[in-house]
Amino acid sequence: MTKVTMTVNGKSRSAEAEGRTLLVDWLREGLRLTGTHVGCDTTQCGACIVHLNGEPVKACSVLAQEVDGAEVTTIEGVAGADGTLSTVQQAFQDYHGLQCGFCTPGMVMAATSLLKENPRPSEAEVRHYLEGNICRCTGYHNIVKAVMAASGQDVPAVAAE
Amino acid sequence: MPKDTGIGASPKRREDVRFLTGKGRYTDDINLMGQAHVVFLRSDVAHGRITSIDTSAAEAMEGVIRVFTGKDFAEVGGIPCGWQITSIDGSVMQEPKHPVLADGKVRHVGDPIAAVVAETRDQAKDACEAIEVDIESLPAVIDMKAAVKPDAPKVHDDLTSNLCYDWGFVQENKDAVDRAISEAAHVTTLELVNNRLIANPMEPRVAVGDYTSHDDHSTLYTTSQNPHVIRLLMGAFVLGIPEHKLRVVAPDVGGGFGTKIFHYAEEAFCTFAAKALERPVKWTSSRSEAFMSDAHGRDHVTKIELALDAEHNFTALRTETYANMGAYLSTFAPSVPTWLHGTLMAGNYKTPLIYVNVKAVFTNTVPVDAYRGAGRPEATFQLERVVDKAARELGVDPVELRRKNFITEFPYATPVAVEYDTGDYNATMDKLLELIDRDGFPARRAESEARGKLRGLGINSYIEACGIAPSHLVGQLGARAGLYESATVRVNATGGLVVMTGSHSHGQGHETSFPQVVADMIGIPEDQIEIVHGDTANTPMGMGTYGSRSLAVGGSAIYRATEKIIAKAKKIAAHLMEASDQDIELKDGRFTVAGTDKSVAWGDVTLAAYVPHNYPLEEIEPGLEETAFYDPNNFTYPSGAYACEVEVDPETGKVEVLAFAAADDFGNVVNPMIVEGQVHGGLAQGIGQALLENCAYDADGQLLSASYMDYAMPRAHDFPMFTVDSSCQTPCTHNPLGVKGCGEAGAIGSPPSVVNAVIDALASGGHEVGHIDMPLTPPRVWHAMHGGTPNQGAAQPAAHSEETTHDRSVAGAATNV
Repeated sequence: MTKVTMTVNGKSRSAEAEGRTLLVDWLREGLRLTGTHVGCDTTQCGACIVHLNGEPVKACSVLAQEVDGAEVTTIEGVAGADGTLSTVQQAFQDYHGLQCGFCTPGMVMAATSLLKENPRPSEAEVRHYLEGNICRCTGYHNIVKAVMAASGQDVPAVAAE
Repeated sequence: MPKDTGIGASPKRREDVRFLTGKGRYTDDINLMGQAHVVFLRSDVAHGRITSIDTSAAEAMEGVIRVFTGKDFAEVGGIPCGWQITSIDGSVMQEPKHPVLADGKVRHVGDPIAAVVAETRDQAKDACEAIEVDIESLPAVIDMKAAVKPDAPKVHDDLTSNLCYDWGFVQENKDAVDRAISEAAHVTTLELVNNRLIANPMEPRVAVGDYTSHDDHSTLYTTSQNPHVIRLLMGAFVLGIPEHKLRVVAPDVGGGFGTKIFHYAEEAFCTFAAKALERPVKWTSSRSEAFMSDAHGRDHVTKIELALDAEHNFTALRTETYANMGAYLSTFAPSVPTWLHGTLMAGNYKTPLIYVNVKAVFTNTVPVDAYRGAGRPEATFQLERVVDKAARELGVDPVELRRKNFITEFPYATPVAVEYDTGDYNATMDKLLELIDRDGFPARRAESEARGKLRGLGINSYIEACGIAPSHLVGQLGARAGLYESATVRVNATGGLVVMTGSHSHGQGHETSFPQVVADMIGIPEDQIEIVHGDTANTPMGMGTYGSRSLAVGGSAIYRATEKIIAKAKKIAAHLMEASDQDIELKDGRFTVAGTDKSVAWGDVTLAAYVPHNYPLEEIEPGLEETAFYDPNNFTYPSGAYACEVEVDPETGKVEVLAFAAADDFGNVVNPMIVEGQVHGGLAQGIGQALLENCAYDADGQLLSASYMDYAMPRAHDFPMFTVDSSCQTPCTHNPLGVKGCGEAGAIGSPPSVVNAVIDALASGGHEVGHIDMPLTPPRVWHAMHGGTPNQGAAQPAAHSEETTHDRSVAGAATNV
């Protein structure tokens, strides 16, 4: 076991990690930040996406010890300190972009990165970018709408099409 | 104008904030003091006899607390089955024991053999690898038709064969059906496979068992759609724990789609081990483990024959289906191919004579049970495919053929034992043709052809039976449970209230939609109403959420309990205003005496109920809390029409969905936003089944599609935006809300329209193909176009026969052409 320290959601946090401990397990078990989810074991589903030094990564494919000292943002660090939802989070609620909520943290983290890289993506670009995030509930329809809306583009309101 | 609150409004979901900020509390987020972890050693062969298990090396490893094997469970029951089917000859189904851990034999890849409990999950994993198990490999039976041959190896040595049951429905109709088919002007025959699927809710299953010796109480936290059902099944049939000593909690659950209905061995194990070790024991499924331990869905092989007279009226329908049960009977498995399938074979049509035969078969595969739609997608797919094939054979418009045979008068008693209360199939079809712009299709097809692509339009109807179900009826049909739902409404002194429901929300948004109903009835803001669910300790005995039943049955229970609350509150109000309770009206949260200006507020009455200084104590008790159990007197029958427009690349066989439209009749709609979302998700699963998903075994019973690398889960780029509409509404006549249920429709109605569309596209290119089995992967479509003699729906390989065994969801061999 080795003590690993990272800046997580703006605060210095430490917890033990074995050599094989994955970043996602270090966050969930070590720091009890359980908002980051594990939906698969083959780096396919994207439920575990966090921002590592500003980049979206699947936390199931990173060893905690390897990123000692890194800066990490998890879903718990996205909303404002007063609880105000981020633009992406708010759009997911406004456009019913989530149902069971399990894939949602990864979706929000991925969508946030997309809009940083590409502030006004087309529908096709949104769908392509979210290729690494699996949702089983929504058929992606309202997720795509939410991301488009979060980018400031006109999107029909829910239940009004 | 859309409403802002109450029934018909689309308020933002109150669940969302916790899910969006990482504050959801799923079962894997629960960690108890002193918790140990269990990892299961699972069989890597499909069929074999365990000759020895040596756990000594594992037990000596660091952190290992105890290793359990089948012999530790000799004194407990097997995992029970909740539905008994009777065969044509009057015998009851064969029902093998399903041990918690393998007892002498392993019967499918993934069958648990041993369980290591250790301080950490990694230690348990390491120790699992140190268990030495000798298994004498036995021949596996994977193909259903081979499994029922007399010389087939038996999955269960103590059964007479691999045939679970041979069900005929309605048996009295059989001779008349046979005669009608032999005398028909035209008979369309289709043989098809309803491909095996894996539900894949994004949250893998988790169980945490806990035990407190001071009061001899067991608690199970589990990823379940129905915690009371788990408490009853596990307590009464497996572990012998009375219900008052057992609490089951299903907190936030990350999707279910049917596969979290069932009672699983891992739940019983964690509860058992927690008591044995006096420590909490936690199991978290990996996704790979989920593929080989979650109950699978579908897997039917069917021959269907539709008889028509010279005027194209449907005169008779006959089906023969082989339904895979897997290696053991999962909780509701026997009911899926029978009562949830045979009763739907009339579909939207007035076919007078119907006979359904289903042979349920044990194989060396993971148990198969209900998956979104459960029996109804299988019924809809075969029926809507055979009707489309008939239209092609007869050279008539598939929509007009359907319209000609639509049921138009209600109530309608089908020849398969159910009575549709309401519906308007022409209305949803009219709406659909508008949504998909059928009139504009020829121009769109021409545009595709100009680009060298084949465009097709597939249309179908569907009906389903939801809101399961009248208890007296399902009891006659073999259910070992009642299927009512419960609600307790507890009004607090200051006027807010808590609704404790037996329904369970795992994505459906009950915390938002249920208050809309109660708020409308009382006239108070929705934020004064809290929904509590998912914990047997603080909700009345409920049957949970599946079969699109939550609003139709659970919502009706809430409605009835709220009616009782209002009736009592009116008595209190009458006393406060010195009037007769017959004269009291409740509107917008105020009680008034009819025809006067006397009124009291809701809060005045609720306060009086708990501070009964001025109160009719001789007439009624203090307090304001009521419970209702609602037992429906019929199923509900959502229906609709779906259309899919595809483009096929003739060079590769790749299918692209360009448009999908759904016109549904769900009766009254409480929250249009949530209903639309449910349809979207169902469509994605149905289109996924049609184009992408396939659970594949090889001939030895190895599960080939055992990860997201091999099982093609639909992604965002696989779909267009959907066009959905639920404005055609014929309210249910027998529940107080007039609702029908919307959770499964998308998955039930969409597969046939996708296949119909691809067949239509190929036909436009001169490829007359009778049928292609799902999933319509590029190789399958390409071979259908180029595979020589076109298939007219004649004999095809079974789902797991040699021809298809190496077919995987995204690649694989050609088949069924």
